[in-house]
Amino acid sequence: MTADFRAEVEALRPQLLRYATLELRDRETAEDCVQEALLAALAGEASFEGRANLRTWLTGILKHKIVDAMRRSSRERTFDGEDEQGASHFDRLFDERGHWIEFPPDWGEPDGALEQKQFMQALERCLAGLPARTAQAFMLREHMGLDTDEICKQLGLTATHCWVLLYRARMALRECLEKHWFRR
Amino acid sequence: MNLSCKEATRLMSAAQDRELSIGERAALKVHLAVCKGCRIFDDQMHFLRRALRRLFGQE
Repeated sequence: MTADFRAEVEALRPQLLRYATLELRDRETAEDCVQEALLAALAGEASFEGRANLRTWLTGILKHKIVDAMRRSSRERTFDGEDEQGASHFDRLFDERGHWIEFPPDWGEPDGALEQKQFMQALERCLAGLPARTAQAFMLREHMGLDTDEICKQLGLTATHCWVLLYRARMALRECLEKHWFRR
Repeated sequence: MNLSCKEATRLMSAAQDRELSIGERAALKVHLAVCKGCRIFDDQMHFLRRALRRLFGQE
C-alpha cells in the first residue's frame, strides 16, 4: 500500500462522514460505516488502479456499507410508526372530493434561494425533521439514487409502502420549506 | 380518467421515481391545464429536486 494512496483516502474521511451522516442520521453508525469503507478501500488499492476518481470510487464503497447498516438496523429496530405521520396528515389539505382546500401559495421564481447558504441550512433542517422511516426511504432515493425497487428490497417494504413514504417526504419537505423559508 | 388534486399530487411525486404510463401522463396534463394549485405544486416539486441536487452536490 502506497503512503500517498493512504493519505489521499484518509483525506476524504470528513466528506464521507458528512455523506454517511446525512443518510444514517446516527453519528456513531455513520463513523463506523466510514471506517469500514476506508479500510476496504485501503485493502483494495489494486482494484482502484487506473480509475479516474478516488472520491467517486470511495463513495461507491461507502454506499454499500450504508445500505448494509440500514438493513441491520431495520432488523434490530421496530418502527412502531409512532413517529410516522398517519395517512390523514396530508389528506387534510384536500376536501372530500380530493380538491385543494386552499391552493399552495406560489413561490414565484424560487431558484434564487439555491444560492443562499441559509436556504440550504433550512433544507437540511427540514430533512432532519422527517420521521425516521420516511427519511430513510427518501434519502436512499434522492441522495443515494437507488430506484424504488431497490429501496423496497433494502428496507423490506411493499412497493405501495415505498411510494407512500416518498410521497409523504415530498409533501412534508414542501410544507416545511413553505413555512420556514418562503413564508417567513 | 379525471384526477382529483390529491391523486394528481401523488402522480407528480411518483413521476420523480418512475415513468408514468401514457394514460397517467395524459390525465395529469389535462388536470394541470385546468388546475392552478396543481401547477404551483408541480413547480414546487421540480424546485425541490433541484434544491436537493444542489444540497447533495449532485449537479
